Amino acid sequence: MKSAVIIFPGSNRDRDMIKALETISGQPVATVWHTETTLPDVDLVVLPGGFSYGDYLRSGAIAARSPIMQAIKDAADKGRHVLGVCNGFQMLTEAGLLPGALMRNASLHFVCKEVMLKTENTNTAFTSKMEKGAVWRCPVAHHDGNFFADADTLAQIEGNGQVAFRYANGTNPNGSINDIAGITNAKGNVLGMMPHPENLIEDLHGGVEGRAMFESVFTNLAAA
Amino acid sequence: MKARVTVTLKNGVLDPQGKAIEGSLGSLGFDGVEGVRQGKVFDIELTDRDAEAAKADIEAMCEKLLANTVIENYAIELL
Repeated sequence: MKSAVIIFPGSNRDRDMIKALETISGQPVATVWHTETTLPDVDLVVLPGGFSYGDYLRSGAIAARSPIMQAIKDAADKGRHVLGVCNGFQMLTEAGLLPGALMRNASLHFVCKEVMLKTENTNTAFTSKMEKGAVWRCPVAHHDGNFFADADTLAQIEGNGQVAFRYANGTNPNGSINDIAGITNAKGNVLGMMPHPENLIEDLHGGVEGRAMFESVFTNLAAA
Repeated sequence: MKARVTVTLKNGVLDPQGKAIEGSLGSLGFDGVEGVRQGKVFDIELTDRDAEAAKADIEAMCEKLLANTVIENYAIELL
């Protein structure tokens, strides 16, 4: 199971993500600078968190127009798996790989805290080894995590079961519509989520609840 | 030549920043403010070209980068 992390100017969770991927997969992780136009031969491409381009224009907007993004779109079209966490989720919506948009938190505050997530859809490689309906702890750290989609798009997302994770137990930190914390595309091979499972994978982090999603995707893609 | 692009949030899209500005205007004593929607303005300098061509070019810029048409509208003005 090979993975690659894309690095942009202003990425700051890239090393956390690489460490998590290496620890859980037991494999070295490739890194790709955003000006590249081709991807290495990997099963999983990850867009990490951070503040690419200082969030200028809109969060993730400039990064979503980077040279590497065409290669990521082509890979996603061919069914390769793509994960975007936090700023990576913002890039995926800006690039049109996921529906909707991530807007300023309803509170207007940057939130850095733990929330509870409910696993909604276990029909994707990212989630199939997770327990459907389980509620688990996960950190968030963002200013623009307020997911929005118009009524028709939202009906499609909900109708197709594209909601992977929802904020649970009243812990929605940003005003996100329908408590949406993470969604996939219709095919289920592209996942974007605001919370940071890569920051809860070792006892030193205070828990290992973030491991389940990575273990699911690695197990599924290794078997594919 | 110069052009101005105004980007605004679509109707129905929540604008917490506009709400905060509205609240602040109220606390400064401005009565009768019934709503504030925040947007962005881009002043763009272009090499001279035909007005229709300029509009078409700027429209492409809006669609590709300046606006996120999931949540935003844009208006183009040649100055």
